[in-house]
Amino acid sequence: MVDGVILTVVKSVVLASVLMGFFAFMTWVERKLIGRFQVRYGPNRVGPFGLLQPVADLGKMLQKESMIPEGARPKLYLGAPLIAMACAIGAFGLIPFGNVATIPGTDWTIHLYIADTSVSLLVVAAIGSLGFYGLMIGGWASGSKYALLGGMRAIAQLVSYEVAFTLAVIGVIIQAGSLSFLTIADAQTPLWFIIPQFLGFIVFFIAAVAESNRPPFDLTEADGEVVAGYHTEYGGLRYAMFAAAEFINAITLSALGAVLFLGGPNGPLLPGPLWMLLKIGAFLFVLIWIRATLPRVRFDQLMKLGWKILLPVATLNLLLTAFAVVYF
Amino acid sequence: MLDQVKGFSTTFRHLFQKPITQQYPEYKRPVYPRFRGRHQLHRHDNGLEKCVGCSLCAAACPSDCIRVVPAENTPDNRVSAGERYARIYEINMARCIFCGYCELACPFDAITLGNDFELSEISRDALVYTKSMLLEKPQLRTPSQAVDPYDVPAQEMERVLGMYDITTATNPEGAE
Repeated sequence: MVDGVILTVVKSVVLASVLMGFFAFMTWVERKLIGRFQVRYGPNRVGPFGLLQPVADLGKMLQKESMIPEGARPKLYLGAPLIAMACAIGAFGLIPFGNVATIPGTDWTIHLYIADTSVSLLVVAAIGSLGFYGLMIGGWASGSKYALLGGMRAIAQLVSYEVAFTLAVIGVIIQAGSLSFLTIADAQTPLWFIIPQFLGFIVFFIAAVAESNRPPFDLTEADGEVVAGYHTEYGGLRYAMFAAAEFINAITLSALGAVLFLGGPNGPLLPGPLWMLLKIGAFLFVLIWIRATLPRVRFDQLMKLGWKILLPVATLNLLLTAFAVVYF
Repeated sequence: MLDQVKGFSTTFRHLFQKPITQQYPEYKRPVYPRFRGRHQLHRHDNGLEKCVGCSLCAAACPSDCIRVVPAENTPDNRVSAGERYARIYEINMARCIFCGYCELACPFDAITLGNDFELSEISRDALVYTKSMLLEKPQLRTPSQAVDPYDVPAQEMERVLGMYDITTATNPEGAE
């Protein structure tokens, strides 16, 4: 807690609220963009340019009946969305939006991250993986076969891609010589890691798409096969929490990609937070673009890609990086 | 790999195209000239009803949604041009499938299907159209829009006809 307890709490509350707002805005952006990709308008009825669509959606979600299906385990059923949500927001706390900023008009300085530990990357990975419990418990505690199968699918997919993901990231760690986000971002001053770590970036990106459960790897929600996957039996705000957790995970992974491969908050002219937003936005745009373009893969293709292609490529990248660092 | 790039470039190009969506409540595309919408009962030029209460429409109706109760015309109560007239003529719009068989069955062209398709109501009872409702000119809920085929501007009609690939030569006014 670099800024003391009180300021850290304030920053956390601000970050969580801004993140939720950003998530709501991004759902609008995604729907609008997907619409334009498909030569339609997307939401344009509520408010100017449909900007109030997320508010309308929230209003609808709030009015839904809160119910627990027969055969569900009530405590776990109710707790699962909370786990998913808390882990999604928690992981974002370590993302740096710059180092130190001075509040205009005063000489107060504030750190543009909530915490930067010497093992930030591991902490983010750990919190992110804890979020998987939300999906698994939610799927299992619903007492429905579709939710159970969807949950199992989600876990199988996430665990498989976590391996390739971690291996791809280790290349960056070796090159930067640190697990701290700020050090990693600063290590990219002459050249972003996307160039020397291109193989690693490709693996990282594909694994990130798979881990955020987005198309073309959204098998956990393949409606033709498992209805809506682990959140089949959820409705109203609890469903919204799962959806939010999933999207915030995608935002966190985008931020991670920005920090690890695109130099994080460092950039010319613009301030750090703006650079981070731009880079996160670029990642999210590509995610949406992919969603508009590619059809969903089959589950065996997903597993084959993860274990037989991404894992060897990530290992190769790791070995190459290790050799390069040691011998050059 | 090249195919993937092609796919992504295709979707990206579509991002900059003008959406083809027609914004429905604001823009109502004129319907096809032989579109079958809300029914209308007709009168002769002298004001007498064309319907003679023969119930052929009710017999032809596959969904059995027309109810006709005929009565005799008398010298002091002459409603239609024939011997009898329809004392009650009801169409249950909730059941009507807009097949147009009633129009085909009618020997006097007393009933035709028009172009109005905005027929939703809050209650089911409101969907049972009585004779007086059917005798009125359809209430056009879209006043800005030419729903009557005779009122459609020639240019727009040509566009619509072109859409359905119908030769305009036989139907210059777009009229049936």
